[in-house]
Amino acid sequence: MAALARPRGERLLAWGLLLPCLAVVCAFAFWPIVYSMVLSLHRIILSLPGLGAPFVGLENYARLLGEPAARHSAGITLIFVAVSTLLEVGLGTLMALALDKSFRGRGLVRAAVLVPWAIPTVVASQMWRFILNDRYGLLNWLVFGNDVSAYQAWLASPGWALAAIILADVWKTSAFATLIVLAGLQTIPRELHEAAALDGAGPWQRFRHLTLPLVLPALAVALVFRTMDAFRVFDLVFVMTQGGPANATNVLQYYGYKAMFAEGFLGYGSAVSVMVFIIVLAVSLVYLRLVGRRLLKGEAA
Amino acid sequence: MKRRAWPWALAAGVICALSLAPFAWLVLTSFKSAAQVTAIPPVLWPSGGLEFYRSALSRFGLLHFVLNSLVVAGGTTIISLALGTGAAYALARLRLPGRPWLMGALLLVSMFPQISLAGPIWRMLQAAGLLNSHLGLIIPYVTLTLPLAVWILTSYFSELPRELEEAALLDGCGRLGALVRVVLPLAGPGMFTAAILVFIYAWNEFFFALLIMTRRSVQTLPVGIALFQGQFTMPWGEIAAASTVATVPLVLLVFLFQRRIVSGLSAGAIKG
Repeated sequence: MAALARPRGERLLAWGLLLPCLAVVCAFAFWPIVYSMVLSLHRIILSLPGLGAPFVGLENYARLLGEPAARHSAGITLIFVAVSTLLEVGLGTLMALALDKSFRGRGLVRAAVLVPWAIPTVVASQMWRFILNDRYGLLNWLVFGNDVSAYQAWLASPGWALAAIILADVWKTSAFATLIVLAGLQTIPRELHEAAALDGAGPWQRFRHLTLPLVLPALAVALVFRTMDAFRVFDLVFVMTQGGPANATNVLQYYGYKAMFAEGFLGYGSAVSVMVFIIVLAVSLVYLRLVGRRLLKGEAA
Repeated sequence: MKRRAWPWALAAGVICALSLAPFAWLVLTSFKSAAQVTAIPPVLWPSGGLEFYRSALSRFGLLHFVLNSLVVAGGTTIISLALGTGAAYALARLRLPGRPWLMGALLLVSMFPQISLAGPIWRMLQAAGLLNSHLGLIIPYVTLTLPLAVWILTSYFSELPRELEEAALLDGCGRLGALVRVVLPLAGPGMFTAAILVFIYAWNEFFFALLIMTRRSVQTLPVGIALFQGQFTMPWGEIAAASTVATVPLVLLVFLFQRRIVSGLSAGAIKG
C-alpha cells in the first residue's frame, strides 16, 4: 500500500486537515468555558466599568446558592427538562412505531413530522403565543367556544405558562426522538417479527420481547440528546413569557442571560453559566455510564 | 403477511394533522385582513390578500432581515463545510492517535449550553470590534455547527470504498491529490446533507443572534420576528407574514430532502 510507505507525510496531512477545525473549536468553545470560570471569580458590573474587575473568589457562587430566585430557576429548569424530555421520547416512540409500518405516502408523513423540527423556534414561539392569546387565541375558542367571559389568559397564569412552554417544546422537537427511534426500529429485520408471529407471539409480546430490547439503544440516544437540548431552552421563554409570570418559566439559561446582559452582572452571570455547564456535564456523564461507551467509541461506520 | 393497514394510516393522519395544523394556522393568519386576525369566532378562510406582507416589507424591514439571514447562514455553511470536510477526512481515513477522544470532544461541544459561552464570546467579539457584524455572528455559528458537520461527513467518508483512493495513490497522486480529485467529487451527497443541516441551524439560531446583533440593520430574521413590536397592539399579521417567509424555504428543504435530512440527523446522533 502506497499509504503505508509515507506514514510521516500522512500524519502531517492529517493534522494539517484537522488543525483549522480544532483551532476554531478550542478558541470559541473550550476557551470560553475556561474564561467563564475565570470571569465567575471576579466582580464585574458592565454598567460600572469604574469598579474594575476585582477578584472576589467564590463570592458569586455564594450569592448564587443563597438567592431564592436562582434556586427557583433551577427547580423550574429541572421540571421543564424532565417533563418535556419524557413526553418527547414517549411521544416520539409512539410516532416511530406508527411510521415504521409501510403504507402509501409514508415519505410525505415523515416530511410532515419533520416540519415542526425545521421551523425556527422563534416562529414556533410566536405561533403558540398567538394561539394561546387570551382574547382571540384559537385555543380559547376551541375550548370555550363563543363564551368569551370564560377565556383563559394561559400565559399569564404560572402553572399554565410552564405547561405552555412544555407543550410548545414537545410539539417542536418530538420529531427528533421519532427519527432516532425510527432509525433504530428499521435495523430490526422483518423476518424476526414474522418468525415470532409464526411461533404464536401476539403484538404486545412481540413489542415487549423483540422490539423493545432491540430499540433500547436508540431510545437511550434520543433521551440523551433531548435532555441536553432541553437544558438549552431559551427562545420559547424569551418570546412567549419573558420568564414570567412570577418567574414561573424563568429557566436557568434565561436567568443567566438576564443577569449578564440585561442587568450587566457579568461576574455573577458567569457563575450561573458555569453552574449550568456543570449540571449539563454531570447529567451527560451519568448518561454515558448508563448508555455505556457506545457514544464515545467514535467508530463512525 | 398483510394485516389491517387502516389503524396505522389513521395514526399517521393524526400525527400529520398535529404536526402541521398549528403552523397552517399561522400561515392562514398571514393572509388575513386586520379585522380577521382578532375576530371571534376565528375566521378560517382569509381574505386580506398580501396586505400584511406589504406592511412587513415596508414598515418592519423584512427584506433586511432576510438578507442578513442569508449572508450569515450562507457564510456559516460555506466555512463550516470547508473546515469540517478536511477534519472529517482526516478522522475517517488517516491513522490518527486519539481519534475517539477527538470525536468525543467534538460531540461534547455540540452539547454545551449557549449561556456558558455567551459572556466570553461577547467580550472577545467586542474586543475585536466584531459585535453587530455578520462575521461576528458567523464565528460562533461555525464553532457550534462544526461538530455536526464533522460527524456527518466522517460517517459518510468511512462508507466510501478505500480502493478508489488507493488506486489514485498507485497512479501517482499524493494523498492530497487523491482527496481533491477522487474523494471530494464522490463526497458531494454527504456534503450536501451536512450543508442542509448547518444552514437550517444557522437560519434558525436565536440566542447568539440576539446578543451579538443589537443594531436593527444587521439583525437576522429570528431576532426580527422575536422583537417585532407594535406601538399599541401586537402586529400579529406582520409577524405571521415574516414567519411564513422565514419558514417556507425550510419546509421546502424538508419536503424535497427528507431522506437526506433523516440520514444526516441519525449519522450525527446515533452512529456512535
